[in-house]
Amino acid sequence: MAGVSRSRTERLVNLVICLLSTRRFLTAAQIAATVPGYEHNADDAREHEAFQRKFERDKAELRALGVPLETGTASVFDTEPGYRIARRDYALPAIPLAPDEAAAVGVAARLWRHAGLAAAATSGLAKLRAGGVDVDPHATLGVEPVVAVDAAFEPLTAAARARREVTFPYRVPEDDAPTTRHLQPWGVVCWRGRWYVVGHDTDRDAPRCFRLSRIVGVVRQTGDDGAFEPPADLDLISYVARWSGPVERNRTTRVLARPGRAAGVRRWAVSSTATPEGDVLELRYADADGFAAWLVGYGADVTVLEPAEVREATVARLREIAGIGVAGGTAELAEVGS
Amino acid sequence: MSERSAKTSADRLARLLNLVPYLLARPGIELVEAAADLGVSERQLREDLELLWVCGLPGYGPGDLIDMSFDGDRVTITYDAGIDRPLRLTPDEATALVVALRMLAETPGVADRDAIHRALEKIEQAAGEIDAPVAVRLPGNDDRLADLRAALERGHALRLSYYSAARDVSSERVVDPMRLLSVSGRSYLEGWCRSAGAVRMFRVDRIDALVELDEPAAPPAEAQSGDVSEGVFQPDPQAPTVTLRVGRGGRWITEYYPCSSVVEVSPEEWLVSLRVNDMDWARRLVLGLGPQVVVVAPAELADAVRESAAQALAAYA
Repeated sequence: MAGVSRSRTERLVNLVICLLSTRRFLTAAQIAATVPGYEHNADDAREHEAFQRKFERDKAELRALGVPLETGTASVFDTEPGYRIARRDYALPAIPLAPDEAAAVGVAARLWRHAGLAAAATSGLAKLRAGGVDVDPHATLGVEPVVAVDAAFEPLTAAARARREVTFPYRVPEDDAPTTRHLQPWGVVCWRGRWYVVGHDTDRDAPRCFRLSRIVGVVRQTGDDGAFEPPADLDLISYVARWSGPVERNRTTRVLARPGRAAGVRRWAVSSTATPEGDVLELRYADADGFAAWLVGYGADVTVLEPAEVREATVARLREIAGIGVAGGTAELAEVGS
Repeated sequence: MSERSAKTSADRLARLLNLVPYLLARPGIELVEAAADLGVSERQLREDLELLWVCGLPGYGPGDLIDMSFDGDRVTITYDAGIDRPLRLTPDEATALVVALRMLAETPGVADRDAIHRALEKIEQAAGEIDAPVAVRLPGNDDRLADLRAALERGHALRLSYYSAARDVSSERVVDPMRLLSVSGRSYLEGWCRSAGAVRMFRVDRIDALVELDEPAAPPAEAQSGDVSEGVFQPDPQAPTVTLRVGRGGRWITEYYPCSSVVEVSPEEWLVSLRVNDMDWARRLVLGLGPQVVVVAPAELADAVRESAAQALAAYA
């Protein structure tokens, strides 16, 4: 078996060298007469068919590897297509990386925990090494990033590169079932450790962001390459940032914290004044309901003094939790400063 | 051909096409060094070289074949038959490297950011028309991280004022730092906590103050780094389970906390179970989640939540 694989690899290396060395397009017959491993009797239909199958497989393998196999005819009189490899399309250009830059690439190549991306980074790094770059495998940069990506990352980046439309099942937790979405993906964004895809939603006819972790099935590409053009002045980050931007905490509240308790609240206090009942803390907040939800987490360790909107929101939530009063608010937990 | 042997054959072809330019750039390299660098055994490397030796330009005569000279255990390519450069990066390779460098450049507290940006520019240029449609933005406190990294580089212990969300207390402790991590947009210091006598992961945004001590960091031999590939905080499988009844507006917690099970009983009722190391933390969590979340089990937790709410209400009476 090793012999078979060896002769196959040998044939493919020779094929690459042969097609790199020719300026003229070589037909399959010319290649068969030149490259060792393709010898056959072209007049024997079965042998010829076996050769053609073998040659098709070899071409597919080279293309899968990224070898730029060109097809064309040597002259206008030729009817049969020929093949060659243009050196400028084949060869990695020189990358003059300084040692500290090479070290950075080495660290970056180790950062993926995702199998597919890790393999691509490793084979990319192998090419840089083959191009003469020396990479210190032990270099570090002080902080180790651990990057997890969702399964939809690869199909979405590939579709964004090719500018092909995609469709995927998407489910927001508040919905009872996934919906099928159609998107022209412009790009993928990592924002605060979460992954999003940004693009033109063809159902809504507007730009939309989708969280990759909420894509609950296969991302399918539909239609042709180059089916759309992202906006010329595209700033991917701004779409996601606008969507979950920072909130301005410009209102002030005062709460009473029991002595020695509610350390989580004290950390955010602008000021703290000791009184016989406990410490009066001054805090900044943006939204009364969200802030009340956060304070309620500290139970009897904190009591809201003012303003009324925070005090009332806090009391209403406490009453519901304690089982007295009516159902209502659904504000999410909003951790101050997070 | 099976899929596996097809993959091996493609891997080998990729390796061989890289091997000639790799050796060409390093005349006289020792075989053992090259093998280690390329991630293959020395024996495999010799087999690869034997194979290349019979490959070359059409004609396949002595002047056409790839040639190399050996000097003891050192090898030099003397004729490359035209494969003097590696193949260009594929779109997948370019994306993996470019996005990784962008992540690295955005990682708070990382050293040598300038070199990362320079490398990124050069790799993007080499990738040519392949554009990685991926943007990265990570938050973080660069100053605090720079202080931590400096202490780590100097090998000094640290006195931290640290807020523990599990116990809702801030406390001082001396830590022997081991490494800094950035996981899913958050920065962590891993170190030996002398008060706990164990390795601990500290969230950098919960370090309220730090002093670099004038004594060496000395984590004991048993201090081993944890595996964070599945996330920093893995619920202890021995920890008790808490089961919550969650309304529609509270479903977001299933994205936010690692849940051991989620049962969608009806649109208005999901049963969510999670492992909890500390029941008092669970009490504060449930209180903060509000009326959309009701404790099903354990009963003591349900009672503690109701009592806390009643006690808190008493202050407003």
